[in-house]
Amino acid sequence: MTYEFLQHYWCFVVALLGAILVFLLFVQGANSVARSLGNTDEGRRLVYNSTGRKWEFTFTTLVTFGGAFFASFPLFYSTSFGGAYWLWMIILFTFVLQAVSYEFQNKLGNLLGPKTFQFFLTLNGIVGPLLLGGAVATFFEGSNFIVEKGNLISTQFEITPVISHWANASHGLDALLNPWVLVFGFAVVFLARTLGILYVMNNVDDEDIRSRGSVRLIGAAVPFVILFVAYLVHLLLKDGFAYDPETGIIFMEPFKYLHNLLDMWYLLVLLVIGVVLVLWGIVSTIIKKNENGGIWPAGIGTVLTVLALLLCSAWNNTAYYPSTADLQSSLTLQNSCSSEFTLRTMFYVSLLVPFVLAYIVYAWRAIDKKKLTKDELQDGHAY
Amino acid sequence: MHNILLSIDAGTIDWSRAQFALTAIYHWLFVPLTLGLAVIMGIVETKYYVTKDTFWKTAAQFWQRLFGINFAMGVATGIILEFEFGTNWSNYSWFVGDIFGAPLAIEGIVAFFMESTFVAVMYFGWNKVSRGFHLASTWLTGLGATISAWWILVANAWMQYPVGCQFNPDTMRNEMVSFAEVALSPFAVSKFCHTVTSAWIIGGVFCVAVCCWYLLKKRETRLALESMKIGAAVGLVAAVLAAATGHKSAQDVADVQPMKLAAMEALYDGGNGQGLKIVEGIEVPYALSFMATNDFNGYVPGINDLLNGYTRPDGTQEPSADEKIERGKKAIAALADYRKAKAEGADEETVNTHLTTLNENMPYFGYGYVTDKEDLVPPVAVNFWAFRVMVGMGCLFILFFAVILAATCKFPKRLWQKYDVTALPAWHYWTAIALVPLAYIASESGWLVAEFGRQPWTIQDMLPTWVSVSDLQASSVIITFFIFLVLFTTMLAVEINIMLKQIKKGPQS
Repeated sequence: MTYEFLQHYWCFVVALLGAILVFLLFVQGANSVARSLGNTDEGRRLVYNSTGRKWEFTFTTLVTFGGAFFASFPLFYSTSFGGAYWLWMIILFTFVLQAVSYEFQNKLGNLLGPKTFQFFLTLNGIVGPLLLGGAVATFFEGSNFIVEKGNLISTQFEITPVISHWANASHGLDALLNPWVLVFGFAVVFLARTLGILYVMNNVDDEDIRSRGSVRLIGAAVPFVILFVAYLVHLLLKDGFAYDPETGIIFMEPFKYLHNLLDMWYLLVLLVIGVVLVLWGIVSTIIKKNENGGIWPAGIGTVLTVLALLLCSAWNNTAYYPSTADLQSSLTLQNSCSSEFTLRTMFYVSLLVPFVLAYIVYAWRAIDKKKLTKDELQDGHAY
Repeated sequence: MHNILLSIDAGTIDWSRAQFALTAIYHWLFVPLTLGLAVIMGIVETKYYVTKDTFWKTAAQFWQRLFGINFAMGVATGIILEFEFGTNWSNYSWFVGDIFGAPLAIEGIVAFFMESTFVAVMYFGWNKVSRGFHLASTWLTGLGATISAWWILVANAWMQYPVGCQFNPDTMRNEMVSFAEVALSPFAVSKFCHTVTSAWIIGGVFCVAVCCWYLLKKRETRLALESMKIGAAVGLVAAVLAAATGHKSAQDVADVQPMKLAAMEALYDGGNGQGLKIVEGIEVPYALSFMATNDFNGYVPGINDLLNGYTRPDGTQEPSADEKIERGKKAIAALADYRKAKAEGADEETVNTHLTTLNENMPYFGYGYVTDKEDLVPPVAVNFWAFRVMVGMGCLFILFFAVILAATCKFPKRLWQKYDVTALPAWHYWTAIALVPLAYIASESGWLVAEFGRQPWTIQDMLPTWVSVSDLQASSVIITFFIFLVLFTTMLAVEINIMLKQIKKGPQS
């Protein structure tokens, strides 16, 4: 295993975690439409209890995504989290609110009332995917930061030699001024909502919710498709951030991401298969009566599509976290990764991932083999 | 533009420290109960598995409900802690991310997924999976939480005792050279054992207190008596182990963080045969020397010795703080010269000369950022009193659990036969209930000692807090600090209220 292979391998692992995370945002998506999916209090409880059995997977994947990024590309962790402070803090706030809302909302002694916690779930359901989507869009659109490792040894200033800083005072919120970041962010919001509806229709055995779901699916899927296609076209036509692996010099390359997909044809295949699967999951659920399994093709398609896009942002000598303030500060797999020793050590750790996935699937199947019904809310642990 | 060096507002550093401390303190309100209750609910459900008596199933579900209320807050505060390394300590994240990121990633892959997968089976699988699978899920939930504690404490221990790494002047960071040294550091082993056993004490105290409340109210008597035996047994074993591992931890601190030990003891002028202060003016002769060195006449340096330099028992000289600062500055200057020489294409000999100077002075690299040697002294009063609260309460808990276990098991029979544990005067029960907040204070005190004691270092001798911080305006951190404060405090109030109502409803709810 060469150092270069390990860099690309870890990029793949992080991208895969990111792709799975986007799929698992179905929890947020379903929560954002819970009030309209469930016509009654009981119906809404069904939705919350359905997503409540999966929220920890989303949460854990987010944490592991962060941890894996930290271990493999610490300069990204340092630059993005420390720089885009407000963007990440808002994401974290909404996830903290979500974490407690399930357990607390309907418990006796809940001082804030169930509606407050349901509002928190809705808030996380919209803001979480929007800002996470926005953060992913910056991989293509760029961010305002400057990195200078030499600052650590300068002694001419009195207090702190920081190696990276944001070039304006907004600390990440400036990304939302870029309309393309918003387009991608809202595409993720509507994708999460689409997946959420598909998931609830599959997981909950309730006619009313399923019939309402099939109607609301159109309202979520249509804006998603429009926004996604718009961004994809923009991405394929835009200039991208390339670098010379010999010199490390970063430069703008016209149609870089289109070139990436053509150079790495397997990513293009992955992207096309992913998009087709997502559309198949949506369309089959809309046109076929009693079709509730759309979450599976749509979910797998989401993972493949996001994986292809994330790899397109980093492989083939592409700067995956570009700086618009100082092009040469942009982060590449080469200049931001951990040492070869750490990447190799973590490679062996990552061999545990299939085992972890296997027991997740086993446990998930065990508790999902019987669909959720209203009766179950009365019998046993319920949110 | 590339030579911009930022002057960070000193307020940013202090507010970032305050924010991290706030998050850690709140996180540590929930995690010990998670770890402690995991053992208790595991034992209770094992009883159900073995006896098939539905009483034990009801009891297991009761403790699992309380576990769940607390668990969510632990998860919520935990995510903030992980990301705060990046958001508030970005320089740190680069400088040691090559080493520090690995335990966090492994924690996610190995522990968090185990915890989150099996906690769902534990709650929603009662009528869906076999009894054996369910029991395994309950234990795996606790195991996941404990493995998580292992990796985060490996990370924390590495900050206190950085091993298995080497500074790379080309990448301007520390890089891992031995995973085994990082993952199996003796400092981490002691820290893990001491921390987890202290968490089991919290679980034991909480369990006994809930049982005492039922006995006070004369309800759920069987649940209270049976659970109390389990809670007291877990608590007693944990308290004894915590004392033993605490002794080992103190020796680790004496070896690698002597300034922390000196601050814990408010020891300014050290020497041989040092006594352990109970409070100022009252001390146990020779006890500090024994605690630190396993030798009643062992040498323990004081704060002044550490600042001014001293001769170690083996005859070698420990440099003074001024010398360390000087050598740290030499290391930083050599690093600058090395980078400049390489950038200008200087000859190999010149480059190697700078590298040799850097390597010779690298152990004191962090001191190069220190301008006043008084900054090297951690807050003495906080360490002194926090240590006493932790140790004092720990000793009290050994006694407490021993008495509770003896009384509930009626051992020895002759002594306890006249006592009916279900009909004692109310103050007995109230005393046990009152120990819950004291247990938390003791537990948090342990963290105060660990974290205040290593100030000003983020990484011992390598990186002080003011070089670890992110480039943020103080106002941003102040705002997030108060948002967290309000958020966590509100959620804590909600959690406590829900927990109390749930206990009041009882196991049949």
